[in-house]
Amino acid sequence: MVPGSPSWRERARACDHRRVSTTSTPYARGQVPPLPGAGGPGAPPRFVRRSDGRLVGGVASGLAVHLGVQPLAVRITFALLAALSGFGIVLYLGLWIFTPLDQTVARQADEQAPAGIAAATRAGKRRRRLRAPRKGDLGQLVALCLLGVGLALLVQQTPLGISPTVFVPILLAGLGVALIWRTADEQERRRMFALSPRAPWLAPLVGKGGAVAIFRLAAGAAVIVAGVVAFLVGQGQLEATLDSLLGVGAVVVGLALILGPWLWRLWRDLESERHERIVSQERADVAAHLHDSVLQTLALIQKHAHDPREVVRLARGQERDLRGWLYDDLADDESSFAAALKKTAAEVEDFHGVPVEVVTVGDTGIDDRIRAMLKAAREAAVNAAKHSGADKVDIYAEVEGDDVELYVRDRGKGFDPESVPEDRLGVRRSIVDRMDRHGATAEIRSAPGEGTEVRLSTRRGTA
Amino acid sequence: MTEPETTGPREIRVVLVDDHAMFRTGVRAELGSSVAVVGEAADAQEAIRVVLETQPDVVLLDVHLPGGGGAEVLRQVHPKAADVKFLALSVSDAAEDVIGTIRAGARGYVTKSITGDELVAAIVRVADGDAVFSPRLAGFVLDAFAGSEPPSVDEDLDRLTSREREVLRLIARGYAYKEIAKELFISVKTVETHVSAVLRKLQLSNRYELTRWATDRRLV
Repeated sequence: MVPGSPSWRERARACDHRRVSTTSTPYARGQVPPLPGAGGPGAPPRFVRRSDGRLVGGVASGLAVHLGVQPLAVRITFALLAALSGFGIVLYLGLWIFTPLDQTVARQADEQAPAGIAAATRAGKRRRRLRAPRKGDLGQLVALCLLGVGLALLVQQTPLGISPTVFVPILLAGLGVALIWRTADEQERRRMFALSPRAPWLAPLVGKGGAVAIFRLAAGAAVIVAGVVAFLVGQGQLEATLDSLLGVGAVVVGLALILGPWLWRLWRDLESERHERIVSQERADVAAHLHDSVLQTLALIQKHAHDPREVVRLARGQERDLRGWLYDDLADDESSFAAALKKTAAEVEDFHGVPVEVVTVGDTGIDDRIRAMLKAAREAAVNAAKHSGADKVDIYAEVEGDDVELYVRDRGKGFDPESVPEDRLGVRRSIVDRMDRHGATAEIRSAPGEGTEVRLSTRRGTA
Repeated sequence: MTEPETTGPREIRVVLVDDHAMFRTGVRAELGSSVAVVGEAADAQEAIRVVLETQPDVVLLDVHLPGGGGAEVLRQVHPKAADVKFLALSVSDAAEDVIGTIRAGARGYVTKSITGDELVAAIVRVADGDAVFSPRLAGFVLDAFAGSEPPSVDEDLDRLTSREREVLRLIARGYAYKEIAKELFISVKTVETHVSAVLRKLQLSNRYELTRWATDRRLV
């Protein structure tokens, strides 16, 4: 069972992680266009079998990505090579065996999700939303196979060809190996579909130890045996080979009986040990986080039990922190405008004890103008929190093309902008002047009793 | 989301679905006598049974629920009881949960930190057949429909009108429906119509951008 051996899996996973580290930045989510350092372009992607968009084993599409050509071209090449005495088939099978499977599909299901989402998914509290693996085109597969077989038959007629007594057995054996390897790959996919509640009727097919998988394994083995037998019969050596085969078989069975249980146990131990290590590490992370933040906050809340405003502030801050940890994977990105805005809002919220809700559409990197805008937004939010008397402040920011707009709004008591006393220069100087200096505009709408809205707008690019 | 216009004499019948009993009790207390809570359920299977039995007007549905989540309840109940309206109520405000639940058929999404009055207003709105968009949901939708798009077959479905965009923007800026109506010189009913149209597009559109945006966030 080569595909099940730990080293093979480890390799697949190791390479998978390397890919994650280069592509799972926000850039890959199509959100933050100009962020630098999001993955290293230039180097060709590693050669891995593709789990999405594959026809058979993902070898051709993987190779196509690696070489930067169309998958169809690679597939046709394989079909042409297959005509050379089945060389293409053998090559394909070889690559299939020795190339790890990239785990795009599996990764999308679990690993990229924020902690809270992933946990809820694992606990079956969410519907598992896989991106359906892009179905390869069955017609194309059939066409390519026919092309290969046709060419092979054509070559048979020329001096280049080899006799059917060799060719047919090779083809049969190839088919058998393909079937068996298909089963091995099926196990990868099965793990992801195993929890799917959507299609219970699929259970025998995708459940553990599926009868179909065993059947497929048996069918593959039978086809291989048929191929070998056909070959030997063709060569007229069946009798002699059977004798020596019997001897080899006896030795193999003996060895398997002696070593089998031991190897099996060793492998299981390795697997479970690795699993436990991961689980205990995760548990340690969670415990550390809970201790650092939640426990501290609970202690503080008990101390401040007499001060409802402080209790709300603490609870709110903790909620935000936990929420960011569970559901938001962009929280610590320092080069993202949206993340910086959220951070600014959180600071105002912490300091003044008024909830500040942030909604952002689109995102951008941070330059001088954006920085000025963030400062102005902070000033506006602080003003709203301190003076308006509103119980919450709403911030909305939108990046559309090069235009960046930001609104800070409260439903507080408002004021008459025309009659701001000279001594209260906070608004004018901090917000309007700051924006003016950076070639941006600030506009303040307010009326007594109507609340206040500050609208900031600028363009991306250095000032 | 502020003005509860209690229409008609009939009380709105509500089913609460949440796996935390304490939270159900809390919501029940907060709702008080403004609506009639006719059933509760703690997991997906129970929810499906209770909802089909009681045929409520509105189901308050937790998104993370043992037995396949709120989406599973939506998927199974929707074909059998199209009149039952769902308002998703969740502690999570992650994009995949919000958009995923709306696309599965919920008519609104509010987070659990919502106040009792706001929740009642949202229930009334959903019961009346309108949609409830929180500022965050409006932001997600604007994000999903952002950018220009080559003309497609379902052009109407795949594009927000400039008016719908304006309405969504105001929701995202924290405006209540009444305030939006005032700002744009239209009636509250018209605002509701626009929001319902956006909801429909969000549920039905196969817009390439929306699909891509969704798959970027691992949902289909």
